[in-house]
Amino acid sequence: MTVNLSKGQGISLQKADGGTLTAVRMGLGWQAAPRRGLFGSRTREIDLDASAVLFAGGQPVDVVFFRHLVSDDGSVRHTGDNLVGGAGTGGDDEAILVDLQRVPVHIDQIVFTVNSFTGQTFSEVQNAFCRLVDETNGQELARYTLDGGGAYTAQIMAKVHRSGSGWAMTAIGTPANGKTFQDLMPAILPSL
Amino acid sequence: MTAELVRGQNHPLSGTRLEIRVSAEGPVVAGATLAGANGTVSGADRVAHPASHRLPGLEVSRQAAADHRLAVDLDALPEDVHRVHVLLALPAGAGGPTSFGVLAAPFVAVTELDGAEIATYTITDLGAESAVVAVELYRRQDAWKVRAVGQGYAGGLAALLQDQGLERALETAAAINEAVTRGTARAVAPPPPRTAPDAAPPRPAPDPAPQSPAAGGGPVDYRHPRRATATPPAPAPAAPPAEPGQPPRPVAGDANGWTMDERLYNQVWGMFEDLARSAAAYRSAVDFAESRLEQELDKVLSDPATRVGPAADAARAEARARQASLVEQARAVLDRDLTQLTAEAEVVEHALPPAFARWDNPVWHGYQVPLETPMALRLGDLHLPEGTGLRIPMLVRLPLERGLWIDSGRPTGFESAVVDATELRRLAMETAVAHAARLLAVYPVGDFTVHVIDPAGAAGTALAPLLQTGALKEPPAAGAQGVSALLQRLTRRVDLVQMAVRSGAADSLPPDVDTAEQLLIVNDFPHGFDDRAVNQLRYLADEGPSVGVHLMMVADREDARGYGPVLDPLWRALLRITPVPDDHLADPWVGHTWTYEPSLVPAGSDVVRQVLQRVGQARQAYGI
Repeated sequence: MTVNLSKGQGISLQKADGGTLTAVRMGLGWQAAPRRGLFGSRTREIDLDASAVLFAGGQPVDVVFFRHLVSDDGSVRHTGDNLVGGAGTGGDDEAILVDLQRVPVHIDQIVFTVNSFTGQTFSEVQNAFCRLVDETNGQELARYTLDGGGAYTAQIMAKVHRSGSGWAMTAIGTPANGKTFQDLMPAILPSL
Repeated sequence: MTAELVRGQNHPLSGTRLEIRVSAEGPVVAGATLAGANGTVSGADRVAHPASHRLPGLEVSRQAAADHRLAVDLDALPEDVHRVHVLLALPAGAGGPTSFGVLAAPFVAVTELDGAEIATYTITDLGAESAVVAVELYRRQDAWKVRAVGQGYAGGLAALLQDQGLERALETAAAINEAVTRGTARAVAPPPPRTAPDAAPPRPAPDPAPQSPAAGGGPVDYRHPRRATATPPAPAPAAPPAEPGQPPRPVAGDANGWTMDERLYNQVWGMFEDLARSAAAYRSAVDFAESRLEQELDKVLSDPATRVGPAADAARAEARARQASLVEQARAVLDRDLTQLTAEAEVVEHALPPAFARWDNPVWHGYQVPLETPMALRLGDLHLPEGTGLRIPMLVRLPLERGLWIDSGRPTGFESAVVDATELRRLAMETAVAHAARLLAVYPVGDFTVHVIDPAGAAGTALAPLLQTGALKEPPAAGAQGVSALLQRLTRRVDLVQMAVRSGAADSLPPDVDTAEQLLIVNDFPHGFDDRAVNQLRYLADEGPSVGVHLMMVADREDARGYGPVLDPLWRALLRITPVPDDHLADPWVGHTWTYEPSLVPAGSDVVRQVLQRVGQARQAYGI
């Protein structure tokens, strides 16, 4: 069962059987939108990047993105940069794996962001989505659709944060502009 | 100008002495028929084929091949010959392809004797045909022309010859096929096929090529043609099911790899990374707790209203408690990881092969001279201050990618006061000998040679095990002369092997060049070294590892200070290890400082001598 998240909606990552999640994957998939008009079949390559920022007490402690693929503690792993997106395959083109059990005790929030490295706005991508999957059984927990998103180049997707003894996820969906996660910091901070 | 012909197109020929080159994806039979003005072949003596490869003015090759050169002298042809048909056919039988459709389009070029192409023709659109008339040379008003024909025959050679009006076409075709089969039997073993094994040259009957039943009859076989089917590795040992609520029990070899050694190697590196990351998580949590505590204390101080009094004390106490509780949580997580990794290290340590094992591992008592070089070598152990009980084997790949520098200088770490300088030098040399012995032991017999430079003869005692067991072929080079002679020899070896590798002539090395991996142990550097020798040493350090010459410097950098920065690249090119535990190695993931401890023989143990004796016996048995 997939929840189509809307902005600001939160879900708890407790499993139906009462156990908590141990590993989640944030998957990002997209396709370049074909341009209209003459030579309409020519598409431009769009490079979207998924990043995860680890926060402790409101301060960024570590970042996982395409130049730092594994957080120092090894709990958050990026599967690698995809520069062109999928050819309409519908699968994840970039993924960030979070081993929630190994996240250091002081990290209390992990924020996932998406930004367009090549500068195209989200109105130029097709079939772009971002989803959160329970890595242990492949079940999709939440999905966000990005396309037709309008004239901005980045989005703060969601955050996974500690709640009680387990973790919860909140959809954020704030649009922003920036090439990499550094540009997004001012936009991230209000949603912590 | 080369004319690229299409089917039916013709092109004038200027010269009369020509070559016709044929290339096909697989072996084909090339032949030619000589026809009269009416286009018919008058008899079997007008067909050039492998069994009768030479006719006046025409010569074809005697066996099936992927490439052919047919020599044609148009002036020497009999007067009544008006057309020469060049034909290609697939060898019958013997498991080859039975139609041209499965091969890439054959290519025919008519060239001058110097190889300049006059006209070329690619015979496309062939399907079920097994014989084809490729091109035709024909007389037109005393001039010769070439025409691209490309007429195929599903009925094979017999049908082709019949179509050209040859009587007894069947017998001629049979004779050709028989000659081809004989020719193949006579030929040297064919080189490995460039493409699918199906295109391999037909073999004589007694040795039917082990053709697998091609799955579904498809012409393409995706297996590597020269590689025997690798037996799939035995599955990794499965971890026993964990008891509920408990972490799974660790198992040795619980990693990816084709062999057990590779799995263990990967598992050790996995443990190394896990420990590095767990420690990073712990350290960053502790740092965060500290900084949060400081901030909170500052906040209490900065507010005059609450700076003193019971409220301030309570705030401070609460801040400290928060810090302590976070550190405690982090420690608990780290302890959980350490327990798991320690349990894993315990089982892994017992499963290690000699090259990965400590000297006190019983596997060394059952030591046998190996038949192949292992993938890695243990240089020592690594540990972190958070978990001093957990030792990670430090494995480096073989052949060594960098030389080793066993630092006999003062250690920078915490044990610096313990050992005095003379003792350190002795320990350093002992460490060097332990590493050299291990290298000698893990390489197959005769694949590893050790040389020693000991200008002042200071390392006599340490070297005794190597000398007495014959592991060292010659006594250590002493004095400036000995040093320069040995360096000269190794430099020459590096040069020769480099040249041989570059020119692809590895088998033409002079017989006195030792092709085994070489290890040069240099003690007491820079005593006995002149400038020339130092330069040669630097050359060996830079160029040696790629051609199997490795350095092991036992040196104190301070001793060589007189050379100034000129030696800095030398030290940097070497992997620095120490004879006593010292924290100087960084991991590749997080960059923690790890304490390295060399892999030494336990005091009073004779294991190195025993192992070296085995190596010596094996060498004698092999006559090395």
